[in-house]
Amino acid sequence: MKKFGIKEVVAIGIGTALFVALTEVQIPTGIPNTSLQPRMAVLAFLSAIFGPLVGAIVGLLGHALGDALFYGSVWWSWVFPEAVVGILIGAFAKKFAVREGGFAKKNIVLFNVVQVVANALAWILLAPALDIAVYAEPANKVFLQGAAAFLGNILIVGILGSLLLAAYSRIAGKSASLEKED
Amino acid sequence: MNRMISYVKKDTWIHRLSGVTKLFFFLLWCITSALTYDTRILLVMIAVTIAVFVMSKTAWRQVAPVFRVVLFFMVLNVAAIFLLSPYQGCEIYHHRAVLAPLFPGHDLTAEELFYLFNVVIKYFAITPAIFAFLVTTDPSEFAASLNGIGIPYTAAYSVAIALRYIPDVQDDYHRIRNAQEARGIEMSSKAKLTDRIRRTSSIIFPLLFSAMDRIDVVSNAMELRGFGKKKRRTWYAHRKLAAADILVMAGTAAFCTFALVFTFHDGDRFYNPFV
Repeated sequence: MKKFGIKEVVAIGIGTALFVALTEVQIPTGIPNTSLQPRMAVLAFLSAIFGPLVGAIVGLLGHALGDALFYGSVWWSWVFPEAVVGILIGAFAKKFAVREGGFAKKNIVLFNVVQVVANALAWILLAPALDIAVYAEPANKVFLQGAAAFLGNILIVGILGSLLLAAYSRIAGKSASLEKED
Repeated sequence: MNRMISYVKKDTWIHRLSGVTKLFFFLLWCITSALTYDTRILLVMIAVTIAVFVMSKTAWRQVAPVFRVVLFFMVLNVAAIFLLSPYQGCEIYHHRAVLAPLFPGHDLTAEELFYLFNVVIKYFAITPAIFAFLVTTDPSEFAASLNGIGIPYTAAYSVAIALRYIPDVQDDYHRIRNAQEARGIEMSSKAKLTDRIRRTSSIIFPLLFSAMDRIDVVSNAMELRGFGKKKRRTWYAHRKLAAADILVMAGTAAFCTFALVFTFHDGDRFYNPFV
């Protein structure tokens, strides 16, 4: 694994700040109490670039802090799945090669496969399971919530996350591949 | 905007406690309130958190907007539980006393009401503690004291940077949104879903890319100043743990242990007044 350097320290800090600040940005879908969260796309973006550790901490710290600051209570059963999403997407950071300018067709497909699996694991399995185990909430209610969160998240990460990564990859890749002029 | 809660400098004994002490209290409080469903324990916890909140001399005005959000989600959650699972309480308490038949499949039972009451007081056992924690903890002192209890200073620095940059990123967000609105991109919720996503991304793009720039700038600046070269570093805002800190931590640990033992001594996390 790559050394935990200054860049990672700062990426966690500013990434968390970004995640927290975007907590208040929600795109309503029309279905009550279900909205798309652009902050999920940002988490996926940071994980895909900086790797699993940054993804995990931004998810964990960002979700807990965002909940506390904006909603006045921390729903821990939804905080930990957030870290799982960050870890799983981050595990493929090398493969995506975003900063090397390699985030094109094949990697976009891979990214979306990974994010769907990660979100499924987090919101359909883990979050409802924790809700039942920790908060003793009724099963049908938490699985309904989990499924709604899953759909919203794969949508926003799939669209916005892919776009962000592809755009950033084009910019970042360019400066690294200067051609010599004759 | 400005619904967010932030640190306010005051001089109460809660403000003088170390950030780590408050974090310790906060985490143990979360764990305990999550695990226990014992009504008596939860009521005691509410009394303690409200006392802490009052002693921290937090202005109600400062937390009232967030408190309304808490209430909103609480009502939503309770309504969802009742609609989707009207007999959850009966399953938990192995007892069924119908108070009033509402509509088919949704009888109002005393057990469900009691279960929902417990769900509600779980919120109130934790929210005042969160408010007090956020309002009385100085971010720089918090990062310093994290390092003080043995967390690597690189990790403590990540936390410090996060707390430091939240307002900046928020400002950026509002500036970009205003700029986009000035160009005629409407942000209201009348448009189609795809349009809404596109409009939001017209804010997220510049915001995220300026954050990426900021990561480069800040990490370069830190590298130039030799960050991470040595094993230790000193902190301007560092405070040693005082006697009060030890006392609060010990008291919290003792109470939470007692609460969990008391809750689980009959092998069940629920307090059952029905049988």
